[in-house]
Amino acid sequence: MTVQELPGAAAYRPTPPPAWKPLTDPAPLLPDAEPYRVLGTDAAADADPALLLRLYTELVRGRRYNAQATALTKQGRLAVYPSSTGQEACEIAAALVLEEQDWLFPSYRDTLAAVARGLDPVEALTLLRGDRHTGYDPREHRIAPLCTPLATQLPHAVGLAHAARLKGDDVVALAMVGDGGTSEGDFHEALNFAAVWRAPVVFFVQNNGFAISVPLAKQTAAPSLAHKAIGYGMPGRLVDGNDAAAVHQVLGEAVSRARRGEGPTLVEAVTYRMEAHTNADDATRYRVDSEVEAWRAHDPIRLMERELTGRGLLDEGGIVAAKEAADVMAAGLRERMNADPVLDPMSLFTHVYAEQTEQLREQAARLRVELDAEHDQHDDDPEERR
Amino acid sequence: MTTAAAVPGTQSGKAKPATMAQALGRALRDSMAEDPSVHVLGEDVGTLGGVFRITDGLAKEFGDDRCTDTPLAEAGILGAAVGMAMYGLRPVVEMQFDAFAYPAFEQLISHVAKMRNRTRGAMPLPITVRVPYGGGIGGVEHHSDSSEAYYMATPGLHVVTPATVDDAYGLLRASIASDDPVIFLEPKRLYWSKAAWSPEAPAPVEPIGRAVVRRSGRSATLITYGPSLPVCLEAAEAAVAEGWDLEVVDLRSLVPFDDETVAASVRRTGRAVVVHESSGFGGPGGEIAARVTERCFHHLEAPVLRVAGFDIPYPAPMLERHHLPGVDRVLDAVARLQWEADS
Repeated sequence: MTVQELPGAAAYRPTPPPAWKPLTDPAPLLPDAEPYRVLGTDAAADADPALLLRLYTELVRGRRYNAQATALTKQGRLAVYPSSTGQEACEIAAALVLEEQDWLFPSYRDTLAAVARGLDPVEALTLLRGDRHTGYDPREHRIAPLCTPLATQLPHAVGLAHAARLKGDDVVALAMVGDGGTSEGDFHEALNFAAVWRAPVVFFVQNNGFAISVPLAKQTAAPSLAHKAIGYGMPGRLVDGNDAAAVHQVLGEAVSRARRGEGPTLVEAVTYRMEAHTNADDATRYRVDSEVEAWRAHDPIRLMERELTGRGLLDEGGIVAAKEAADVMAAGLRERMNADPVLDPMSLFTHVYAEQTEQLREQAARLRVELDAEHDQHDDDPEERR
Repeated sequence: MTTAAAVPGTQSGKAKPATMAQALGRALRDSMAEDPSVHVLGEDVGTLGGVFRITDGLAKEFGDDRCTDTPLAEAGILGAAVGMAMYGLRPVVEMQFDAFAYPAFEQLISHVAKMRNRTRGAMPLPITVRVPYGGGIGGVEHHSDSSEAYYMATPGLHVVTPATVDDAYGLLRASIASDDPVIFLEPKRLYWSKAAWSPEAPAPVEPIGRAVVRRSGRSATLITYGPSLPVCLEAAEAAVAEGWDLEVVDLRSLVPFDDETVAASVRRTGRAVVVHESSGFGGPGGEIAARVTERCFHHLEAPVLRVAGFDIPYPAPMLERHHLPGVDRVLDAVARLQWEADS
């Protein structure tokens, strides 16, 4: 028996549901088909030469920082370093686009952004050296602790930006995440909260092609990561992540939009991680040399150099000067990182609670006894004394 | 001493009966009125006033910005609260039911519990997470979990659970005022328990971390908290007929743990039973029994026993009475404390 044959079926006329329309017109939220570019295009003519030169200097410095930090892992001075070589344009633009009162929420790969924002290069590395989880006061620099779990810093950025707006403060939060992080639940929840609250946040995805070894095609079926924005009711923007001028411009527009109270933006920068995930990873297992070489031809520093020299804004002397300034920074970093950090074992107990619990006081006393015994042993040891 | 009929709780003669739910609501209201940085957020906390009506009236009195209906997303709620606390607010988060809090565990464990430590004291997070917990209200699955052991196992969190109307008010005020994150476990089957309580003159707000002796006794100590306190008080009254004079200790705070009050009681009585409704294996009772044994070994006349929920997923409501430790199961354990006679 079909529905039509049911007794009384012929007499049934469905009532149309109440009119429904989408909450938001989706068209303006869609990203462009191609990543936005400035360098090497007509748009470059409008770029501020001083900004381009600043970006260039910082790119060179950032590249040198990545190289130095990677070298430090080989010398055992850093437990691990996730290099952002190849992604410097994203890192530098993220740092330079923010005002002093704004907040940066970096992931573990974004040391460079933190340094470019003004953080002491050594303080930025304490997490990776292994002496402390965060080497700096986040409030002093308005840089959240480098976040190791994926995408969990994104809801923090939303909450902070929301709180600042409730207090009437002019603060924008820029939260950085990788392509892999966009698959996490916290990514979804953060974007949804931000859009519903119209929080002054910019979500900045560095799509560097791989989440450790998993390529983007196995990470998402979306046309692009920027397309994800439309589902939350915020605009998505696609930008060439190796074009520092383009990233700076697109992020700048998103930050301005947030500052005007128009809500969050999702920016996807298409870039490439030139080195392995970390020094502990073997990238040759999951990608081919030809792909790496193709991206090397699209290197962020070379792109900027070509633009600046082509327009007569930079000459060989300027290139050498930038390199030398970077070397000075690296030498200072190397020297300071070669000093052994002095750590007080008793500090294990100092920042668990505002007021130490009785249980922790007992455990601290036990450690004190162990330390004293260690100390006495060394005193008795003639080898040690000598 | 106290009778089993009413959960003890108060106060001056002019006090009228109030429920624990009302006292909790009042604590939120008073905290918000006193400190503009206190913000309440969660699913349904605004217009509806929460599914248990604890936040009733807050959005009306303080506005949507102070008492905010959020999208339905526990990780997002707690994660946003982290950011709000980073900027100097004091968020009070409502997790609608115990088992609904699990999506927020990563935020809780990786960030809420650790931010002070990670930043060497530069960035404490004064967040209160309210979790209605435990069974006994006939809830369907995922609405009756006792999740305290998970929270207790995470350094950096305070874990607090009131059992009386007085404590509901006082401990919630203290939790919100705390500069550290507090998991505030609300025994939902005691929401409608009443005691004489005056919002004009509530009991003084006590610091978190102190247990209290609810009933003095000489022959054994029942160590308990939250929803099991009334059960223990009733068992203590019933045990009188058997010649047992039981002392009942209400922990109120699981972290920090009041070793002093608990050990002092067990040294007096020489025998102890830990009573809670969460599962026994890997549960709070094991930790408590070990701590008591370490401190009171030479005073003990019998092993420290545990009366806990069975080691099963929380059962369907028609069977939950068989799972939850009741008076008879407590009395049975007390009978087993006659260790010397048996062995």
